Amino acid sequence: MREAGGTAANAKNRRQFLRNAVAAAATAAPWPLPLIAQGAPHVVIIGGGFAGASCARALRKDNAGVGVTLVERQHIYTAPPLCNGILGGLRTLADQQFGYGGIRAAGIRVVNAAATAVNPHARSVTLGSGDKLSYDRLVIAAGIELRFDAIAGYSEAVAEQLPHAWTSDGTQIMLLQRQIEAMEDGGLVAITAPANPARCPPAPYERASMIAYFLKRRKPRSKLVIIDAKDQFTMQALFQEAWNALYPGLIEWAPPSKGGDIASIDAAKKTINTDFDTYNFAVASVIPPQKAAAIAARAGVADRTGWCPVDPITFESLLQKNIHVIGDAALAGAMPKSAFAAAVEGELCASAIVALIAGKTPAGAKLLSNCYSLVGRDYAISDTGVFRPVAGQYVEVAGAGGVSPLDGPPALRAEEARFAHAWFRTATRETFG
Amino acid sequence: MCVLVVVPTGAGAAPLPPVVAGCCGCHAVHGGDRALPLLAGRSASQIVAEMKAFRTGARPATVMGRIAKGFTPDEIAAIAAWYAGQR
Repeated sequence: MREAGGTAANAKNRRQFLRNAVAAAATAAPWPLPLIAQGAPHVVIIGGGFAGASCARALRKDNAGVGVTLVERQHIYTAPPLCNGILGGLRTLADQQFGYGGIRAAGIRVVNAAATAVNPHARSVTLGSGDKLSYDRLVIAAGIELRFDAIAGYSEAVAEQLPHAWTSDGTQIMLLQRQIEAMEDGGLVAITAPANPARCPPAPYERASMIAYFLKRRKPRSKLVIIDAKDQFTMQALFQEAWNALYPGLIEWAPPSKGGDIASIDAAKKTINTDFDTYNFAVASVIPPQKAAAIAARAGVADRTGWCPVDPITFESLLQKNIHVIGDAALAGAMPKSAFAAAVEGELCASAIVALIAGKTPAGAKLLSNCYSLVGRDYAISDTGVFRPVAGQYVEVAGAGGVSPLDGPPALRAEEARFAHAWFRTATRETFG
Repeated sequence: MCVLVVVPTGAGAAPLPPVVAGCCGCHAVHGGDRALPLLAGRSASQIVAEMKAFRTGARPATVMGRIAKGFTPDEIAAIAAWYAGQR
């Protein structure tokens, strides 16, 4: 039934493990926490996704003398990469979910709380409880915030009916999965795709592909439309080649040059209006535009674009000293907002922090990003880039990187699909295991 | 199997050269997935030779051709030496 994620028994064990993890977390008193050795440098990391968790681990690996506190709201992290596979029935929620037990066991203090404020002058983070954590260096790895006010008729409340399914919380993706499962054959599924910069630019099209995979087998009279805020998108020729081969006539892509911009959404009437067209949908996934998580603005590290400019060697904010920003919240030149890039940035930021604490000059590095998108069960495509810092920005190394070839043989697409799932298992084991 | 490995900071654990950070995304030193080749402990000359074959296209690949072209011979040598030292 599933191609990835191990056996059903493994999935059951994992669910049990996660339930135990939640139960343990719920019964453990939040205070007192393990104490950080007095006088030891203390790094606080806000956000326990790929960026924050990999940074925390790397700090512990590189230098046991640094105390690390990871502040994360959720007890369970739902990893976004490949989670669209749930919509195709190719992956399960359990495949995507991870607790923080492995990170705690690595000697990292994990505080399950919201970070509500940062005082860069006092070098302290305020938690939802009112408690404060002081830091020598702060790493903001808090990801994105959805701009719910950007589309007329959409809001956080409306998202309960028209899921964005764009955050590291499993509720939304499962809501979308249930809606697609429940819809009548012959209905229209609408996806709105945001302008860049945004988290994981290929993901709206991976989502369309995975829903099409489901519809073709289970609701073959149904259609899907992507109402895009952009006139072109990443790996466009590859996605469209795959759609023509796998789901002919099922997916319509509606860029602004054809139907105009998205004007409004009416959740009650189930319509999405662009400047020139109206779409009557049965199910809609509305992916709004984005900016850096709210805590970044509160810490004073986000600029007028809503994102966080950083030094490419240290990932230290260009706006506040002693605060580093990594992952999707950061503006790091050409580096994509991907989980792969976030984890690499976490490692590099950790080595820069260790160097800075030791009074040394951090070394720059080439960074790598490699992202897979699932298009069918045995069909994935990838986008690879090698980046190096040049004059304060990451730029792509010329002649390297790129995307999967057009007209690739089926065996190549199938191998990339196997690698996609294998990368996910490796990366999550390294980060959360 | 989830194996937790805390790398000691003392003898034997060469610090991760920054250039390798991206490689470990797929080629983990410990507990990587079977579908992705394990590099730790392979000889440096073998890794260098394979990277060269990826660069020239002599060895067909999904993503490695695109990646290998982004690194200089010195960087590839450093990556290979680091993986060779991991066991």
